[in-house]
Amino acid sequence: MAIEKFLTVTSTCIPLPIENVDTDQIIPARFLKATTKEGFGDNLFRDWRYDKQDQPKPDFVLNDPTYSGEIFVGGKNFGSGSSREHAAWAIAGYGLRVVVSSFFADIFKGNALNNGVLPVQVSEEFLAKLFAAIDADAKTVVTVNLPDQTITIDATSDSEGFDINPYKKNCLLNGYDDIDYLLSNKDKIEEWEKTSFY
Amino acid sequence: MAKTLFDKIWDAHAVSEVKDGPTQLYIDRQFAHEVTSPQAFNGLRERGLGVLRPSKTTATPDHNIPTWDQDKPITDPISKFQVETLTKNCEEYGITLYGLGNNKNGIVHVVGPENGYTLPGMTIVCGDSHTSTHGAFGTIAFGIGTSEVEMVLASQCILQPRPQRMLINIDGDLEKGVASKDIILYIISQLSTGGATGYFVEFAGSAIRALSMEARMTLCNMSIEMGARGGLIAPDQTTFDYIEGREFAPKGEDWEKALEYWATLKTDEGAEFDKTFNFNASDIEPMITYGTNPGMGVGITGSIPTLDDIDEAGQASFKQSMDYMGFQPGDQMIGKKIDYVFVGSCTNGRIEDLRTFCDFIKGKKKADHVTAWFVPGSRRVEKQAQEEGLIKIMTDAGFVMRQPGCSACLAMNDDKVPAGLYSVSTSNRNFEGRQGPGARTLLASVLTAAAAAVTGEVTDPRSLLESSEPALV
Ligand code: SF4
Repeated sequence: MAIEKFLTVTSTCIPLPIENVDTDQIIPARFLKATTKEGFGDNLFRDWRYDKQDQPKPDFVLNDPTYSGEIFVGGKNFGSGSSREHAAWAIAGYGLRVVVSSFFADIFKGNALNNGVLPVQVSEEFLAKLFAAIDADAKTVVTVNLPDQTITIDATSDSEGFDINPYKKNCLLNGYDDIDYLLSNKDKIEEWEKTSFY
Repeated sequence: MAKTLFDKIWDAHAVSEVKDGPTQLYIDRQFAHEVTSPQAFNGLRERGLGVLRPSKTTATPDHNIPTWDQDKPITDPISKFQVETLTKNCEEYGITLYGLGNNKNGIVHVVGPENGYTLPGMTIVCGDSHTSTHGAFGTIAFGIGTSEVEMVLASQCILQPRPQRMLINIDGDLEKGVASKDIILYIISQLSTGGATGYFVEFAGSAIRALSMEARMTLCNMSIEMGARGGLIAPDQTTFDYIEGREFAPKGEDWEKALEYWATLKTDEGAEFDKTFNFNASDIEPMITYGTNPGMGVGITGSIPTLDDIDEAGQASFKQSMDYMGFQPGDQMIGKKIDYVFVGSCTNGRIEDLRTFCDFIKGKKKADHVTAWFVPGSRRVEKQAQEEGLIKIMTDAGFVMRQPGCSACLAMNDDKVPAGLYSVSTSNRNFEGRQGPGARTLLASVLTAAAAAVTGEVTDPRSLLESSEPALV
């Protein structure tokens, strides 16, 4: 399916300064039971967000009304572990459009991009600055500009560039996905198959 | 120019290069299961697309199936629906399915190799991160997301950025009682869970050459746990001997041709890697994890790091992990009381694992307070265990063998470790809640798990080994 176009997001942030957040935490296995992509946002960070009686844990950031927005800021090595795309669906389903971290696991990064969620990899220094700014003022507004490939803390104009593969950038800007490209290339696929060993 | 094995396979499968972008890579084999495929088939339907090469995908339900009463209808309605959806999708698109009860059913990464689907030089994908297992045969095998499953169904290709190349050499001899599971837990503890992110790893060295095929699978299986896109091992006589005669392996003239081709599948002398690590096998002792990611492991005689050992940015995660596990920084691992033992999964649920386990427990008894689950990786493993008399050994020692599936590796079905209890597990992930909400997982080899099952606490398996040599797993 075509993905939602992405240009610029200006928003307050939801911070989670924990390292190595794995996809089992983003969406625990027992919630991988749907056969569609809908509804996963309700279970985003399920076991950190709700207690055993399914009551919201007040000290978890998603339950703290001070924090809201479309930009999620996570600690280093975000999205490790399982390849479940349900993690990206849960993040998108919750209404997030950007995840910022100083390091992302590969499969998660690909899954996020394939669902119109932009992973923004920043330096450790910038990440620390961002966490500090949000800590000092929960209403800190951040702008993520995809055409310019920059992330900026609006109040201080502190800014950093981020990398994105030019092909993927073009897909996000225009709402294309990979299948569109692959199918336009069918003759090459058939040509290749003639040389295949298997 | 001298090339790495990874580059040889990658280049041979590059259909096109997107300008400034990823490679369009042709995929020789896709494996599918019930949990990550339904949305991909839905996507095809919504776009009005077919499956380009149905014979190149093979499906088996494994993640969310019961491991008991598999001959009866599934009672959990959601699991039943997922399995039925897979069946329906496979029928509609003409994909081979080894459904529940079929004698080729089992965990995807066990079924592929044992039926000869996994062959050297292939590109292999599956909507499951442990697809890296197949790298043991000298393949480029990696886990993908559901959108990518849809791409492969539609076009037999995938767009992938080319990863960097890492070489990990392990030379020397393993001490008795140390297994390939310990090698990989050791490497991950040295490199951390993100240490190989962005890389495809080749494992080499004399310690790797000495490993059996199944032990190599255990090693490659967990390469994803250090963040690697995948891990591979150059095929050799051990590989060819394993493959020969398997159902879907080449036969006759094709076999001869295949051998010729496979002989070229090695890294050329002088080929360059982006990063190289060297380890000595004799430095490795049986490993155990103490925390909530696979990089948080120590030698079994060691102790948990103290806060001073952890850099500042990592301290919040470390403390959270200690709280979750109910451990104190600096604690010794040996002697910690455990409640559950899980032997199984695509990491350690193969026949050699079962043999090692049975060799060890023969004549011993399970500790009374321990609940032990042995879940074979496939129906074939189950059948072999019966034929070899392993089930009798287990029963005599107080163990029960369940039926094949992923089971408590990810606890989607009823096989959950209760909150707060400790499980020594031969699977691959000790994340919070991985084996059930609140469950506390210690990852270890089959031998270490067997030792814990017998004593009821974390135990150095070397202290219980008799003079007979156990098989290496
Ligand atoms: S056994 Fe565990 S790791 Fe392996 S495929 Fe199943 S759930 Fe994934």
